[in-house]
Amino acid sequence: MVAAGLYLKRFYTVVRKEVLVLPSRIIVALFFIVLLGMPLISRNPYLIRVIVLTSIFAILAASWDLLSGFTGQMNFGHALFFGVGAYTSALLNIHLHLPPWGSVPLGAAAAVLTGLIVGIPCLRLKHTYLALTTMAFPIILMGIVFALPDVTGGELGISGLQRISNSLIGNYYIYIVIMLVLCTIMWKITDSHTGIIFHAIREDELAVKASGINTTRYKLLAFCLSGFFAGISGGLYAHYMRIAGPSTLEVSMSFSVVIWAVFGGMATIYGPVAAVFILFPLLEFVRFWPEYRTMIFAVVVLLILLYMPEGLIPWVRDKIEKGCPRCKIRNVATRKTCRVCTAGLD
Amino acid sequence: MNIIITGLITGSMLALLAISFSLIFGVARIVNIAHTAFYMVAAYCIFSLTGKFGLNPVAGMMIAVVVVTVLGLLAYKFLIDPIREHEAAVLIATIALAMIFQEAVMLIFTGDYRTVSALIEGYFIVTGVKVFYQQVLTFGVVLVILGILWVLLMKTKLGLAIRSTAEDREVANLMGMNDSRLAMITMGISVALAGFTGAVLAPLTVLSPYMWMEPLIMMMAVVVLGGLGSIKGSFVAAYILGFTEALVVFMIPKGAFLKGSVALSIMILVLLLRPEGLFGISFEEER
Repeated sequence: MVAAGLYLKRFYTVVRKEVLVLPSRIIVALFFIVLLGMPLISRNPYLIRVIVLTSIFAILAASWDLLSGFTGQMNFGHALFFGVGAYTSALLNIHLHLPPWGSVPLGAAAAVLTGLIVGIPCLRLKHTYLALTTMAFPIILMGIVFALPDVTGGELGISGLQRISNSLIGNYYIYIVIMLVLCTIMWKITDSHTGIIFHAIREDELAVKASGINTTRYKLLAFCLSGFFAGISGGLYAHYMRIAGPSTLEVSMSFSVVIWAVFGGMATIYGPVAAVFILFPLLEFVRFWPEYRTMIFAVVVLLILLYMPEGLIPWVRDKIEKGCPRCKIRNVATRKTCRVCTAGLD
Repeated sequence: MNIIITGLITGSMLALLAISFSLIFGVARIVNIAHTAFYMVAAYCIFSLTGKFGLNPVAGMMIAVVVVTVLGLLAYKFLIDPIREHEAAVLIATIALAMIFQEAVMLIFTGDYRTVSALIEGYFIVTGVKVFYQQVLTFGVVLVILGILWVLLMKTKLGLAIRSTAEDREVANLMGMNDSRLAMITMGISVALAGFTGAVLAPLTVLSPYMWMEPLIMMMAVVVLGGLGSIKGSFVAAYILGFTEALVVFMIPKGAFLKGSVALSIMILVLLLRPEGLFGISFEEER
């Protein structure tokens, strides 16, 4: 009893001193609570479907950010990893009757392998060359998919996959928890030693090389990590839709990922996730004008970028918080002095 | 024979698109994804001008090119120029622009497939294969345009300015070139060329709101294969990829599905051997 009380007290202190002091942390905490408590408020299947799809794409957008946002290796063919993950888990599920908990990780493993295959040749290229070359890979795979309709189902794709869970709410919780856990892991990776090296490669690769760091190895690692997470999201998508079709490899898929990530703010992880949670439901709920849907999407993205070229989320964050000039710790924008070192802000 | 003709036409189209794409990339470092969308808009312009208003095809072509150029300049001035420092944002802006064009065309003309009547009807037969006059005309016009572009770039002062800015923006700026005005002019030329490609090619292809996707990929492949910013490279690479596509389509069963794959695989193979493309000069790293 006493121990539990102590833990509670400690938990309360942490929440009060670490979470409640910054609006961004409060928002993240609310986000977790709302997502986890969602089924208590509404069990509308349509709403749940939209949220599940949103979380699948949130993983995808965050994985793009891990590669392109952090290391600056612009990948325009991120649909490749998504498609490889989806097709591999679909093939394994249909032909070998592997349950989803086996086929999704194997799909992710296949995506990691693809990351290596793509990464090794592509890392000799830089900047725009890299961006334009990576764009080619999903199209090559798509050509192969169409050319082998016996294996891949051609235009129709592979359908009839097993669901992860048959109950609506169970499915919802599995997807939401996987999304939250994976995104937290990605955020932790970018916050770690490796993440700092990734970031340094983006800023100045030559300087990183000069510090005795094998940049090629780290860039390859970024490709593999990103491929892993994107592959998982591809597998999850295939099992949720119960179909893996060529639409997972389309150019527009690669473009959407880039749009989400840049719209939300690159090199943040939480930016792309937030962007998907804003843009995807927006696109779903603008149903009253189906023919204007894509148009509205494009115009919204264009207008936001005109005024916030850094992305939406960093812009918002800068408005509600500011960094201390002395100790670099972030504070609420309304404070006059830093909450740690009491130096005057602004 | 069929292979040669198809290869020549595809190659010429890719050459024009790729050269105009690399022009604006060289001068302003803008990766203009909407480039082929302008080509689509031009094709639809001609469709509506000649089909609905009954204009003479040549006049229709002229108006289409002008319309597209004005559209391109407006888009550059109001949407791209304000965010030019943020490379990623520019990229997304051009993607969004292409989507807007696609949707606008979709709304006005619906998603049906359309065709445009040829400038000159008729064909002649060489070794048993029909060669349409329109194809010969397209090829000839493309060559003339490429010649004019070459003269413009190599022999005039404007061309010198464009080439020097592409090589080193800062030094060109120090030598008194107006960077932003030059970018504007280059954008105009580049978009006009894209519109022109759409205009000459419209009678030979089927128009649909999604027609910008495929040439976009191939154009990028050409630009990368030939070396960014190298006009000679783009020219050679365009014909290499054009002929490869034609070969694959006519020689391999189910080739139509694989044409993109094979062409892009060639690009990747070449890049493995020469990371800077066939004729590219490896740019000194910009820091």
